[in-house]
Amino acid sequence: MFNNAQEFFNLLPLVIIGAGIVFSLLIEMYSKKSELLLPWFSVIIFLAAGLHSLYYVGDVSIVLQNMLATGGNVNVFYAIFTFGAAIVCLLSIDYIKKYGTYFGEYYIILQSSVLGMMLMAGAKDLFVIFLGLEIMSVSFYILAGMNRKKLNANEASLKYFLLGSFATGFIVYGIALIYGSAHTTSIDFITSNFAELTKNILFITGVLLFLIGFSFKIAAFPFHMWVPDVYEGSPTTVAALFSTGGKAAAFSAILATLFALFNGPAGNLFTPYLAVISVLSMFYGSIVAIAQDNFKRMLAYSSISHAGYLAIGLAAGNHDAIAGIIFYLAAYTFMNLAAFGIVSLLEGKDETNLSINSYAGLGTRKPLLAALLAIIMFSLAGIPPFAGFFGKYYIFIAAVKAHLTWLAILGVLSSAISAYFYLRIVVLMYFKSSEDEFVFEPSNNAMVAIIFSVLLVILLGVFPGTFLDLITRFI
Amino acid sequence: MEQNLLLTYLILIPLIGSFLILFIKKEQTNIIRYAALGISTIAFIVSLVIYFQFDSANSDFQLINEIEWIKGLNIHYHVGVDGMSLLLVLLTTFLTPLTLISSWSSIKDKVKEFTFFFLMLEVGMLGVFISLDLFLFYIFWEAMLIPMYFIIGIWGGKERVYAAVKFFIYTMFGSLLMLVAIVWLAVYAIGPLGYFTTNLIDLYKVAPQIPMNIQIWMFLAFAFSFAIKVPLFPLHTWLPDAHVQAPTAGSVILAGVLLKMGTYGLLRFNLPLFPEASIAAAPYISVLAIIGIIYGALVAMVQTDIKKLVAYSSVSHLGFVVLGIFAMTQESIQGAVIQMVNHGLSTGALFLLVGVIYERTHTREIADYGGIAKLVPVFSFAFMFASLSSVGLPGLNGFVGEFLILLGTFQSPILNSWWYTVFAASGVIFAAVYLLWMYQRVFFGKVTNPKLDGLKDMNAREIFVLVPIFIFIVWIGIYPGTFLKVSDRSTAKVVKQMYNPVKVSPVKLGLNQSSK
Repeated sequence: MFNNAQEFFNLLPLVIIGAGIVFSLLIEMYSKKSELLLPWFSVIIFLAAGLHSLYYVGDVSIVLQNMLATGGNVNVFYAIFTFGAAIVCLLSIDYIKKYGTYFGEYYIILQSSVLGMMLMAGAKDLFVIFLGLEIMSVSFYILAGMNRKKLNANEASLKYFLLGSFATGFIVYGIALIYGSAHTTSIDFITSNFAELTKNILFITGVLLFLIGFSFKIAAFPFHMWVPDVYEGSPTTVAALFSTGGKAAAFSAILATLFALFNGPAGNLFTPYLAVISVLSMFYGSIVAIAQDNFKRMLAYSSISHAGYLAIGLAAGNHDAIAGIIFYLAAYTFMNLAAFGIVSLLEGKDETNLSINSYAGLGTRKPLLAALLAIIMFSLAGIPPFAGFFGKYYIFIAAVKAHLTWLAILGVLSSAISAYFYLRIVVLMYFKSSEDEFVFEPSNNAMVAIIFSVLLVILLGVFPGTFLDLITRFI
Repeated sequence: MEQNLLLTYLILIPLIGSFLILFIKKEQTNIIRYAALGISTIAFIVSLVIYFQFDSANSDFQLINEIEWIKGLNIHYHVGVDGMSLLLVLLTTFLTPLTLISSWSSIKDKVKEFTFFFLMLEVGMLGVFISLDLFLFYIFWEAMLIPMYFIIGIWGGKERVYAAVKFFIYTMFGSLLMLVAIVWLAVYAIGPLGYFTTNLIDLYKVAPQIPMNIQIWMFLAFAFSFAIKVPLFPLHTWLPDAHVQAPTAGSVILAGVLLKMGTYGLLRFNLPLFPEASIAAAPYISVLAIIGIIYGALVAMVQTDIKKLVAYSSVSHLGFVVLGIFAMTQESIQGAVIQMVNHGLSTGALFLLVGVIYERTHTREIADYGGIAKLVPVFSFAFMFASLSSVGLPGLNGFVGEFLILLGTFQSPILNSWWYTVFAASGVIFAAVYLLWMYQRVFFGKVTNPKLDGLKDMNAREIFVLVPIFIFIVWIGIYPGTFLKVSDRSTAKVVKQMYNPVKVSPVKLGLNQSSK
């Protein structure tokens, strides 16, 4: 299976997660204390995989008969997924207790979804992309319906499943057409012969279908219909994973497959499509989010608009854009994890405290949590010195370099609109007071996860250089 | 290059100080207040050291500290001052401790948070004035919105939420367009320089070569952002809301320093970076400035609320500063710089005084007052003094700035018409009308409102806050040379940067002396 020990070593992050899944199954089967053990076991698995990928980020290689890439930005993506998932685990421990819906499968499926994401990020073959995508998506469909006694969780799960499968259909059809025209599923071959292949209308249609399928996965307008309902209905911690890991994985797959888009004039063919979905997503997300009353739905629309900013990078299609997208994804992952984390922490047993109005007066009631949430809101709105700002800055640099200054201008206009609804949360927390009782169960695990994410958001914002060097080294 | 850490210390003192304050128990309000006062006073002392180390005969940026920050994008932490920024730095560090003292009794709620945000605000303002890298500048420029937003929103008046959000969105909208322009400039620099840079000193060499059809857009993106901050007519609508709703300390800093960031930006970035576009736009912007002068004065005249009156007077006074900048002669720009300081002092004093009386009576309606001159003689004198300074009475500071601006505008080869001066000068008369008329209604006549009986005069603390401001008002009025000297070389350099790259012959413009 492995050609040599080095190959095995480079694949260790995947192996750790894979072995983790098997051990988790055993723990779940044979241990009576699995509810206590499994979350921490998963956290350790994720951290081990994440730290390994960061530490050996320089070991760039292609393994398993040209099927998977390791090292470089693939490992950076591994780190984003695994650290993100570790945070989700920490958030989940007390969240699940609160609802009394513990299933050992939760953590096992969480691990398998991360395995799927990692396959997507490292793929060197269209089949691996598809394999990873399905592992991730099927896990997601189940996770969305984890609270099976809740009606809207079932709705979320079913809706996600139906629309997700529909999107996968596009991707598979796209892959089929690409194979039909290129006679191979090797991504390297497609990348190096991209200019040649784009003369074939079948190939162009294939790539376009592939992009449309992934537009579903990244939650871009007009393929966003599932997002608000799924985020609202799913357990909050799971929604946190959808909006961060899921989105990052979809972008990593686009970067892995369509690297050619960023590598020369042939990629410009798809710029109009990407620019249009980017503009529509940014504005649709920002404007509709203003009308939301439910925090999770608001974050769902915000996630649509962030998909738009990231799509500016895809449209720009140069090497700065790759770095910009990866940086933005890292920043966005930790911002959104913290935001969803705070929502999941404050959420009461019967889905109380989900309306944004219940956050009124939080500034005096829970000063630390309110301050953390305020930082996240400013960061999501793109206000310096937080990570969200720097991500946007880098994406705009890529756009201007690609002579898409108009796209950058539309991007800043949309972020001015989005500032309104992010600030509304701050207004409620600090400038309003409320007489209603505010009950929630404190959780130290969740607090640790949230504080860690916020610290990363601040560090990435104030000292983006270190992380940026890491990414740009491999482009 | 030799590194000088003084400016970095200046930023770090309030920054670290604000975090230290978070460790004090929130019940110990007095310790918090004294700590904040101590921190801001140390910052003021450091700024004085900077003043004495500054060589005003040198037109370059001085006391530079440059450290690599984000290697991948060639962004440096790069700070330094020239004469223009030094004056505004001094104004900031001077006003901050005074406003902290002034809020001693008016801010009783959440003192810890207030002082934290206030010191953060000082960090942001100082950062804006000393940044020599556009990226760094933008970070401070935007980050400063956050503390001000909280100060208006938490400690403001009845409509504070509306005012805070309006202030934030308005300013952010403008600055985001500037962000795109900054990115565009940095990318443009790759052409002539060969590297991506946001370093201001590098961009000074490159940006003026941008072809006129693009330069005008760059100019507009920067100018829009600064014009909102100034605020230039017709972008001023956020200002009355923010000023009136903000607590006294917030209004003082808003009027005293924040508005200057807009005019400073025009002077530091627009003129030297886009000279050709600036010259082309000068008549239009000057007209807007004059409309602002007259409109602000007329609207101020009909206000029934004293604080709103002072707020609109800012629109009028800042119109003078913008006119001075876009008249583009050395006299007018010198006048604009000194007028920025003047407005900070006199309007700051007026807001402080309005705060003093509001704390006692809880009303700012002119109609609720009348005849209080007999009740509170010290207060009445102080108010008269600040009003006269704002009106521009010869011998006080306001006169110096307005005179230089009008003189420069009259000689301006760019505007080339004395009508600008005529209309602008009418603003001086209007200022006398609205301020003195308000003074008459509030202080003279008979006491009609029974609630005013037993009104207490200013206490020692309040007098202590105003005395230093008044000293400077007289100092600038009688011997402006001390301050004009500081910015003289720097403004001359701006004028030189303006005309040199342009194909218009300097001789024809009559500027061959000042540009050499």
